[in-house]
Amino acid sequence: MLTEEKNRKRYPESSMEYLPDMEVLEDSSVMKEVLDAMNGYSPDCYTQEDVKAALGKDSLSPDDFGALLSPAAEPLLEEMAQRALQETRKHFGNSVYLFTPLYISNYCENYCVYCGFNCHNKIRRAKLNAEEIEKEMKAIAETGLEEILILTGESRKMSDVKYIGEACRIAKKYFRLIGLEVYPMNSDEYAYLHECGADFVTVFQETYDAAKYETLHLGGHKRVFPYRLCAQERAIRGGMRGVGFAALLGLSDFRKDAFATGMHAMLIQKKYPHAEIAFSCPRLRPTVNHDDISPKDVHERQLLQVILAYRIFMPFAGITISTREGKNFRDHVIGLAATKISAGVSTGIGSHVEEIDEKGDEQFVISDERSVDEVYRAVKERGLQPVMNDYVYV
Amino acid sequence: MNQKEDKLVIGGHEFTSRFILGSGKYDLELIRAAVEYAGAEMITLALRRVNTSEDNILGYIPEGVTLLPNTSGARNADEAVRIARLAREAGCGDFVKVEVIHDSKYLLPDNYETVKATERLAEEGFIVMPYMYPDLNAARDLQNAGAAAVMPLGAPIGSNKGLCTKEFIQILIDEIDLPVIVDAGIGRPSQACEAMEMGAAAVMANTAIATAGDIPAMASAFRSAIEAGRTAYLAGMGRVLGTGASASSPLTGFLSE
Repeated sequence: MLTEEKNRKRYPESSMEYLPDMEVLEDSSVMKEVLDAMNGYSPDCYTQEDVKAALGKDSLSPDDFGALLSPAAEPLLEEMAQRALQETRKHFGNSVYLFTPLYISNYCENYCVYCGFNCHNKIRRAKLNAEEIEKEMKAIAETGLEEILILTGESRKMSDVKYIGEACRIAKKYFRLIGLEVYPMNSDEYAYLHECGADFVTVFQETYDAAKYETLHLGGHKRVFPYRLCAQERAIRGGMRGVGFAALLGLSDFRKDAFATGMHAMLIQKKYPHAEIAFSCPRLRPTVNHDDISPKDVHERQLLQVILAYRIFMPFAGITISTREGKNFRDHVIGLAATKISAGVSTGIGSHVEEIDEKGDEQFVISDERSVDEVYRAVKERGLQPVMNDYVYV
Repeated sequence: MNQKEDKLVIGGHEFTSRFILGSGKYDLELIRAAVEYAGAEMITLALRRVNTSEDNILGYIPEGVTLLPNTSGARNADEAVRIARLAREAGCGDFVKVEVIHDSKYLLPDNYETVKATERLAEEGFIVMPYMYPDLNAARDLQNAGAAAVMPLGAPIGSNKGLCTKEFIQILIDEIDLPVIVDAGIGRPSQACEAMEMGAAAVMANTAIATAGDIPAMASAFRSAIEAGRTAYLAGMGRVLGTGASASSPLTGFLSE
């Protein structure tokens, strides 16, 4: 408890207060609209008729989206899958995009009770220097991938914006699309990273339930809920071409969290119609020293329901399926609803080349260890087209 | 919802009727029929048609009807702004329907010049209702420029061809947070009804009523059609979309947990 008290001193009691230096978007009402929508959403008040009516529409309202996420939709999962397949074909043809994440640092200043990287978890910490980053990227590029996702733990001290920018500049030499999954930052910092070559920013809100969020994020910048929620908007204002959204399903009521995630994406797209939109669909997985965490009530069936609902509600959005899920699930979800799949994944630090001893522990245990080549072939075997890139950085 | 409470709000002004009478082919009988039988509360007025002689259209506008002067005749933004100012000076109020046309064959609106005129007139305090070709980007620009509504065309003006641009008007209805008023091309009550079912805020027509065999009867038919479409929209359409054939093997059979 001592540590918690120390954290309380350094960080505001309330997770709703901004810290100094955090940019506030005074003119934006997106967060309020998302939270109002979520608070007004009652998953249990829908019937199967509501779900069928929603599936009968050309374009769905937020209320229809709510119906698809409700328990009433579970028996209609097959019907949802049929509709999702049509939408995916309509908007993406048979393309499935391949990428890999690269963890360049796992130092973290946050205390998130469910995460393997959290600052109180005794794991090996490490960060790659520029030379090591280049070696790793070179090795990844040799597998044929053209899109990379750069990740860090959330430590401004150990992986500052300049360090991330340097990684982007190196990545620019080897890849055509660079995504970021790093701590939220101000719009001028996003603008800097965009200049360095990054074009897509994903921030997991984890949960949109502010009260629950406060109990899960006990220390660190991440404790500040609104700063995280407004990250996508700051990224777009900084010039990023696209933004990704996600709730870590299972932390709180996953139906409400999925609803809020969809609303968040919808409102951002409406406000910034040029922005590209993507969803990730993580659910809780066992982490180092926390083997007791279970995915609560988000089993494959519920996870699929969420993914299908995202697809039907926002048929043009990208959906990424992570290696948190196993091979069978991933292979069936691509083409059906998901449009992007990671391959050749390791979530440890320095694990793509042998000459760097893997020096930092992994964030979570992955469930699909296939190489890029294996995933590539699996995509083709399903009659789909693996696409490495269709992107021009401007 | 009670239709009496279902108001059309444009620039802070409330209207009960969702029919707007165009004035291209106006005469006294048409205006009377539109107000009496179609319930019109807003009538457009081409300033270039206003004259000081005996049959001045201003003399025919009944009490309680809002005038919507338009800028017809304008070929660019500058001319539209000038015409709008003249209308206001002439006592026609703050409403203005921006029409910029420099194509004399099809009379299609010029979206680019229309956005420019809308921006300037909104800054001058006009309640601007631009006539436009239904293009999403232009509609967003009009919204950002301060328009109070957008008025996409259903078909070339006077053609009575109906909702040729239906898919694109639907996109505007879905994406634009302003009243979307279908203007031009509506030739039959059924087409007006269809536009209202889609979620259009109102319908504007002129030729369809002006050229009917029995003007009062046609005006009344439009009223019923518009009300029916609006009621259907508010009621929420039933399931109409077929989901097509189902795949022979289920798509969800792979679930294992």
